[in-house]
Amino acid sequence: MTTRPGFVLEIDRSSPPMLFWKGEGFGLEHLPPSSRVIYPPEPLPPLSNPRAAIRRALEEPLGDCKPLSALLKPDMKLTIAFDDISLPLPPMRSPDIRQLVIETVLEMAAEAGVDDVVLIAALAVHRRMTEAELRHALGSRVYDSFAPYGLLMQHDACDEDNIVLLGHTEAGEAVEINKRAATSDLLVYVNINLVSMDGGHKSVATGLSSYRSLRYHHNPATLANSRSFMDHHHSELHHSNWRMGRLIAKSGVSVFQIETTLNTNTFPEQFGFLQRREWEWSVKDRAAYLATSSLLARTPLQLRRRLFHSIRSPHALASVQAGEVEAVHERTIHHIHRQQLVRVEGQSDVLAVGLPYISPYNVNSILNPILVASLGLGYFFNMYKGKPLVRPGGVMIIHHPTPYEFDIVQHPSYIDFFEQVLTETKDPVEMSEKYEEAFAMDPWYTHLYRTGHAYHGVHPFYMWYWCTHALEHLGAVIIVGGDKRAVHRMGFKVASTFNDALEMATDVVGADPSVTYLHTPPLLLAEVQ
Amino acid sequence: MRALVVERSVPRFAVARLASYASSEWGIRLGPLRLVDIDPPSPPGEGWVEVHPILAGICGSDLSMLEGHTSSYFEPLVSFPFVPGHEVVGHLNDGRRVVLEPVLSCATRSISPPCSACQRGDTGNCEYVSTGHLKPGLQTGYCADVGGGWSATFIAHSSQLHYIPEHISDEEAVLIEPTASAIHAVLSSGMKGASTIAVIGASTLGLCTTAALRDLGYRGLLVVAAKWPIQQELALSLGADKAVEPRQLKGVLRFNTGSFLVGSHLSNGADLIFDCVGSVDTISTSLEIVRPKGRVIMVGMPGVVHMDLSPLWHKEVRLQGAYTYGWEQVNGNRVHSFDLATKLVSTARLGRLVSARYPLDRHEEALVHAMEAGRRDSIKIVFTPQPKRRSRSSAESSKEDST
Repeated sequence: MTTRPGFVLEIDRSSPPMLFWKGEGFGLEHLPPSSRVIYPPEPLPPLSNPRAAIRRALEEPLGDCKPLSALLKPDMKLTIAFDDISLPLPPMRSPDIRQLVIETVLEMAAEAGVDDVVLIAALAVHRRMTEAELRHALGSRVYDSFAPYGLLMQHDACDEDNIVLLGHTEAGEAVEINKRAATSDLLVYVNINLVSMDGGHKSVATGLSSYRSLRYHHNPATLANSRSFMDHHHSELHHSNWRMGRLIAKSGVSVFQIETTLNTNTFPEQFGFLQRREWEWSVKDRAAYLATSSLLARTPLQLRRRLFHSIRSPHALASVQAGEVEAVHERTIHHIHRQQLVRVEGQSDVLAVGLPYISPYNVNSILNPILVASLGLGYFFNMYKGKPLVRPGGVMIIHHPTPYEFDIVQHPSYIDFFEQVLTETKDPVEMSEKYEEAFAMDPWYTHLYRTGHAYHGVHPFYMWYWCTHALEHLGAVIIVGGDKRAVHRMGFKVASTFNDALEMATDVVGADPSVTYLHTPPLLLAEVQ
Repeated sequence: MRALVVERSVPRFAVARLASYASSEWGIRLGPLRLVDIDPPSPPGEGWVEVHPILAGICGSDLSMLEGHTSSYFEPLVSFPFVPGHEVVGHLNDGRRVVLEPVLSCATRSISPPCSACQRGDTGNCEYVSTGHLKPGLQTGYCADVGGGWSATFIAHSSQLHYIPEHISDEEAVLIEPTASAIHAVLSSGMKGASTIAVIGASTLGLCTTAALRDLGYRGLLVVAAKWPIQQELALSLGADKAVEPRQLKGVLRFNTGSFLVGSHLSNGADLIFDCVGSVDTISTSLEIVRPKGRVIMVGMPGVVHMDLSPLWHKEVRLQGAYTYGWEQVNGNRVHSFDLATKLVSTARLGRLVSARYPLDRHEEALVHAMEAGRRDSIKIVFTPQPKRRSRSSAESSKEDST
């Protein structure tokens, strides 16, 4: 079975309008002639027998590493850490890939007579997962075997009693990680590598670390010099994590890394038109588009949000590799590129994107204005290797309603960040110096992070820092259809239509701008020559 | 002479109240206020003089009364028909400019010896505002015998007059009375030791309270809840550290006091709240955001409210009224609130709060403007009862009469 690679379409008069995501909905937009549309490659065929592929990967590790079965001993202390709710997007249909991998690891541990096993959700400063989310990620069999006995934990970056300092890197970065993970005989980390940013040393060094350690790489200077996050060889964020990861290994923590890649079969068949090229839409696709759009237009926002967040993606396992962290990650990157890389010639004046309803940080919640910025300017802008898709001083046009709305349960510190910090400064450096620590140490945010389902107090800062590279690079950001107050608060411009946005962009980049439309999701990574 | 007069008319007050829910304009038009020709009031005895208002402010309590929202508590404390207007700068027959201290205390009623409150200098607490040789009336502007600022002439007792220095503009002078109220509220609040203070409301009283807090030495965090951009801008310029929309106030205080949000209440909160609005919402908010054992000072005039006082009980909060002015203790010295206010209106340039001036015959427009002040980028709306006389304006507050 062959899979068509990614594709760059040049718009001409015969081109159909293009589908843009607009939060909890989508619509069609006509792009000006000569605009480029970058389509992702079609989904790779899934591995035919995922369980067998996983077991094979565990028994045939990459790099300087013994097979997992050889590392498992009866009297050992085994910890299995796994990626949290932020991956994959949308959440995948059961069984989740984490469940398949962890069940296999547990079977092997049982075969080896290992009794002391603990599972840890690697939250870093993300919100704690709910029981339903944990059951979905791990399967009820695993959940019921561990959770009732206190053996299923969620990493707590503020739990001073359960964080240990392993040392300092050559760059002076203090490396603190989860005590149980650090003191285990073997730490198995189960990744879902949805994009090339994920995995590698970042898994343990970020996912299981403390706020004090995160500060070394989650800061404006590091993130401004991560060009891009999706290319770890050119990302300061990753360089810092790699230094930390190597120190973790050197300090005696034995990490067995398992990385998985998924194909880009992102939406269920009834939404198949969302991942097909518009000129290839069948009558059924057109009918589905019209029916869905019309239904969504008549559906209240809250209900639309619930409908979209109930989508379970048919993502399938495309590769699995295990063993030594760096060797595994290089193979993973190869597989991600095989699925997502699209070669693109040169930059354009304008980069257009449509943002969907979901980002890593609002599963079952609201894509609030900060997350709109982070998804557009942090993630989509950075979906490149080489050079950004838009030239320096260019314009990014983002389609999203950007409601002035926050989830008080998941994002309490976002509200205060939006009302108190962004009203005073939009400069990542200034806000980090003036406000970050106060938010990070705020007792109420800490309480909600540790006991509820709230992101850590510092998280909105990280989301804004995530935009640093884009904010430095771009001449303007225009949000089509955004709430004026919310968009202006962030220092961006609002346009009511895509054509208005293009007109506004000419004030920045001049007449007849070249336009690139990043047709995603499904995800793609542009390799800009 | 032309004067705006409020008649005792239960139906008109009732209609005004109902109509005001639909439209400010209809509330005013159908309400109890009428522009009529009346004889100037006659001095009831020695010590009374005629005052010819230059500027007469429209106060929130005036608007509340005209819309029929004032509590029946005040019924025995006023006498009809009366001419409203208690924020007044005017001139005497000899040309000297004066500001009115409107409380009709023992001195104005020829009561001797004066009541204990007046003896202490707390004239606002006078025990005899409904007795003596004047008809009942807690202030000029609510008493049938003395007239009020919304007319060409009223009468005032010499004890009510404060002579205004030359350098004070008319706009600044007309702000002395509300500023004196704010100063009195601040000085009676026990602000010593407070590190976080919130002011709710940023119309005239809220802004004057903000200015007074800074002027009287408060150096801690000062957060003002201001609904409109012009109010936020002025609050910041008068010394607020933060001027936020009312819905943001709780979040700002929670963060800055390191509080938890327990239900809708802050676990800690501000030491002091100045509620310069006095509505159910603002009083409830005050109780939500004040710290345990903190104080809520009611600066704005409240009415009948229905609310849950459990937090007041549980947090041992003190709810305290702040009415008018009098003799204050400042650093061991006895100073009158009006003298402090006279300085403050000048140093803080409070004349800039006067946004528009209207002649009496355009009173409906003026009152609607006052009701919609924030929305229309305005703060204080005043009448110019002497249309032929140009007011003495400072450069920054020289506004044309609203057209």
